[in-house]
Amino acid sequence: MVRLDRTLETRGDFRIAFDGVRLTLGNQQVFRGLSCGFNPGQITVVLGGSGSGKSTLLRLVGGLLRPDAGSIRVAGQEITRLSERELFRIRQRIGMLFQGGALLDSMTVFDNVALPLREHTLLSEEDIGAEVERRLIAVGLPETGDLYPRHLSGGMNRRAALARAVVTDPDIVLCDEPFSGLDPINVRRIENLLVEINRRLHLTMVVTSHHLASCMRMADRIVFLVDGRAVSGTPQDLLNSDDERIVEFLAADGGGPAASQDPVPSGRLDLAGDAS
Amino acid sequence: MNQSTAIHALGHRSVDFVTNLGQIARFTLQIVRALLMPRYRVRRTIDAVFDSGVLSLAIICLSGITVGAVLGLQGFYNLSRFGAEGSLGAVVGISLVRELGPVLTALLFTGRAASAVAAEIASMVTTGQLDGLRMMSVDPIDFIVSPKALGMLLVLPLLNALFISFAFFGAYLVGVSYLGLDGGQFLTTLESSMTFENDIAVSLLKSFVFGVLVSIIATYRGYTSLPTAEGVSAATTGTVVVASTAILLTDYAITALWGV
Repeated sequence: MVRLDRTLETRGDFRIAFDGVRLTLGNQQVFRGLSCGFNPGQITVVLGGSGSGKSTLLRLVGGLLRPDAGSIRVAGQEITRLSERELFRIRQRIGMLFQGGALLDSMTVFDNVALPLREHTLLSEEDIGAEVERRLIAVGLPETGDLYPRHLSGGMNRRAALARAVVTDPDIVLCDEPFSGLDPINVRRIENLLVEINRRLHLTMVVTSHHLASCMRMADRIVFLVDGRAVSGTPQDLLNSDDERIVEFLAADGGGPAASQDPVPSGRLDLAGDAS
Repeated sequence: MNQSTAIHALGHRSVDFVTNLGQIARFTLQIVRALLMPRYRVRRTIDAVFDSGVLSLAIICLSGITVGAVLGLQGFYNLSRFGAEGSLGAVVGISLVRELGPVLTALLFTGRAASAVAAEIASMVTTGQLDGLRMMSVDPIDFIVSPKALGMLLVLPLLNALFISFAFFGAYLVGVSYLGLDGGQFLTTLESSMTFENDIAVSLLKSFVFGVLVSIIATYRGYTSLPTAEGVSAATTGTVVVASTAILLTDYAITALWGV
């Protein structure tokens, strides 16, 4: 078994930091000096309106996009100038849940979840089978291994993709809109799964979402994207903020303190734009 | 002002053309490297051969038999004007093996299998599946593109042989069963008119070259498509148009260069 022995202690350095990141896509300037950080072992939710750059931020962390300027450090390593081959080494420690799942539709659910193990470990097929079954049971999809992604509902697809994203026990999990298009039961199910995975494995989790109630429940910190920059703090900071853009965002969603069921730590919103 | 705009447009097109050529060359090198370096995707390549082959099987067999029959009919009427209908086997054989077999097989293959490969890869771009692979540290060129390209390259000469065999059968049916030529004479002239180095090897060479062209064009078009529905459509039609043109131009070049 050649899987990396990642103890909880080694996860401690898995911080993600953006510093002065600028990015223009087409004619749109998405980020104008974005600076923010994502603490190790915590769930950070990225909020913002449509087109504010939430998904783009995740793609920058994964190295799928490169910024025009600025620095992005993952686990202390500057990734903006790495080659694709070098990025592969970083990405082995990152799991990503894409908005549409991005499961390979020519492969069964089992083969999709098994793919990272087959590619990056020397586990026997027997061990891989056991591990995949365990992960599928964990996400509530037992006995779906023989199905193809086209046979799955949106929620099942998302959960299968989550199983694939965490099957190698990555240090960082990036979740792009995990709740979009799901019914309330599936929203709650995926939310609980994400929280459980984070609490059990102490991995660094970055979640983008429009689903304010879930965000407030699960987030340790929140990064709010506005005008190409980031404002960050705890969920309570967000609720206490008098920044009219944030107030407007919360009011438009119908969210607010009532949306959060669990007590959250208080504090002031860090308008300097860096989650420490 | 208009002249200046036209010159600018021409310049842009020229730069785009050269850039595209460079990108295709780089893409081809990436495929070659992925094929040569471990790990070898044998299972996925066999699947690609099966998919491309099965997709094209019916159209190749049907077209082969039809083209052979038409060739037999036309050949018989024209040769009989000179009293040379006994040479039908030779005429049909040479034209099919050297020219019609490789070219028509490649064109049919492009329309059926290569366009499907381009559409499949393009739809994977659209649905984020290739990005999903990248995020799992799996190179899409190694995992998806190379097996499909190699599969197409391997299957085209096989389909070429199948097309020619069915075309012979079609010509035989028309020439011998319908028009009353002697079957033995048909087969003897067919066999004696052909040599391995001048005919069979050329047919294989053309098939191989067309296979390289079609596989690179189809996978490149799919891989570099825009992540939209229009992108999938453009990749598919672009593959058919560019590959068909490339096949016909290359066929002329090979024939002119080798005199075959």
